[in-house]
Amino acid sequence: MSLRLQLGIIVGYLLLALSIGVVAYRLTDRTAEDFYLASRTLGTVVLLFTTFATLLSAFTFFAGPNIAYHQGPEWILVMGLMDGIIFAILWYAIGYKQWLLGQQYGFVTLGEMLGDRFGSRRLRGLVAGVSLLWLFPYVMLQQVGAGTALQALTEGAVPYAVGAGLITAFMILYVVVAGMRGIAWTDTLQGAFMLVTTWIATIWVLAVVGGPGVATGALESEAAGHLALGGDFYTPQWMLSTAIVIGFGVAMFPQVNQRFFAAGSKTVLKRSFALWPILCVLLFVPAFMLGAWARGLDVAVPEGGNVLPAVLAEFTPVWFAALVIAGAMAAMMSSSDSMLLSGSSYFTRDLYRPFVDRSLSDRREDLLARVGVVVFATAAFAASLVTPATLFELGDAAFSGFAQLALPVGVALYWRRTTRAGITAGIVGSQAFYLSTLFVDSLVGAIEFLTPLLGGLAPALVTVVTTVFQGTYAGWTAGIVGMAIGLVVTVGVSFVTRPAADERRAIYFDGFGAD
Amino acid sequence: MRRLELWSWIAIGIVLSALAIPWFLWGSATVVAGLPLWLWWHVGWMLLASIVFWVFARRAWGIGVEPGRDGSAGKSSGTAGEPTGTGRNRDASVGGERR
Repeated sequence: MSLRLQLGIIVGYLLLALSIGVVAYRLTDRTAEDFYLASRTLGTVVLLFTTFATLLSAFTFFAGPNIAYHQGPEWILVMGLMDGIIFAILWYAIGYKQWLLGQQYGFVTLGEMLGDRFGSRRLRGLVAGVSLLWLFPYVMLQQVGAGTALQALTEGAVPYAVGAGLITAFMILYVVVAGMRGIAWTDTLQGAFMLVTTWIATIWVLAVVGGPGVATGALESEAAGHLALGGDFYTPQWMLSTAIVIGFGVAMFPQVNQRFFAAGSKTVLKRSFALWPILCVLLFVPAFMLGAWARGLDVAVPEGGNVLPAVLAEFTPVWFAALVIAGAMAAMMSSSDSMLLSGSSYFTRDLYRPFVDRSLSDRREDLLARVGVVVFATAAFAASLVTPATLFELGDAAFSGFAQLALPVGVALYWRRTTRAGITAGIVGSQAFYLSTLFVDSLVGAIEFLTPLLGGLAPALVTVVTTVFQGTYAGWTAGIVGMAIGLVVTVGVSFVTRPAADERRAIYFDGFGAD
Repeated sequence: MRRLELWSWIAIGIVLSALAIPWFLWGSATVVAGLPLWLWWHVGWMLLASIVFWVFARRAWGIGVEPGRDGSAGKSSGTAGEPTGTGRNRDASVGGERR
């Protein structure tokens, strides 16, 4: 019964989303700008919720509550700081400036905006390349997650490959038909649905157990220390590193960054900005507290399983638990479809157009964009079947990888003396550093392989590599150290180099806002 | 004057970020009305952040970002109004480069 109900609810959601996509398709111009950015017309509610739903995917329902269950609910603070405040400030500092520049010059991607300013096709390609490097495995992780979840949900009746394939096929169909407008509309539905079901779930569970006082008391007696702020897991350095790195990373995540271009007016941006912290706290507090309370309520969580479904199964009726889980699955898809769309735009605008065919017409670009979605999704699906370990590591580290881009971009937007060499060195340097910390074992392996060539130098090299590239530095993560390196290198190299002749320094400072 | 205002807003932004986590309650497990005190602080702080953002959006939106709003963004016309929306004058400013 519950199996059929859950599948029914998921299929129902997919059909509803598809019908919204078809309506959006009928309203769509056949241009890339409309396909990628809904022609920059999104209103407050749609912009707010599409950013919200894109940002807060399955993590809010699965991984977040799991961490709260095992380590305590301090995750709420990290999420509130990173998403509610740091991201909101970046929404203004980076997003509003991007929006103004996009309105003036018609930019669609981050790479385009930087490439135009610095007069560099290579920089444009570099930003797109770096973004796709982190985006591709992240999309793959979503497909792995969806395939695994469907397999678990149907107790093997839908095998992993079929589940991942079905969801890929649906996403391709949906994104190709609907474009940004349709995605934004379903996201709005999705975001509202997430909020409402999470609150109903929390109130339901609390009503059954006798209120928050009882639930918190039970948690205190079961896991003393969970309620105290901080601990072995939550150190100040770790909380700050995580909040800062992910907050900045989110702003550079293609599917979120592109939403900076899509607002319909300044008023839309202002309203969304002011409502953002409230929206975040409204979702995080109930979702993560449910995870934490579950610890005290003796909810049986299967080894490696997720807490939230277990709590709901214990305290709420089957149909309601099914509804929330279906919502969580759909949340996963609503993030993935935005990623596919952005991945396709980075590929078409910043790699194909400048390097392969410069004279691409709008109409052909629109077609190519849709083909790009198919290629990107299919490749990620193929990777999800093989699940290479390297891609897994890249996907897990994606937020920190994107965060490495944020400071060079911020410096370029606000410091007139930034040079092409400076920003390029900043991006390459911090990415190289961060990738090295991820793959330090492979570096050591490579040095050992080359020992016959290197001779006595090899042990010294191994020592240097393992000393320089660590996971944490006095409690601070490699991600935040890499960000600092990106900042220092961008500023330092800009200081010692001169602007190239074809740089257009003025466009970030004088060239917009003045008609 | 605008410059002082800009730096004041930057300071407010830093304070908002710095106290979203109540460091002064570190180690505290005090429970008030069913939730840890530090969580109440955080919820209240986020509400405050939202109000501050709203005030900022009404009074100072554009500061530090739009040319001419803070006196530091060059010699543009100083009208910080809404951009023209339909502008696709990608090449229009090439000749107007100023360093």
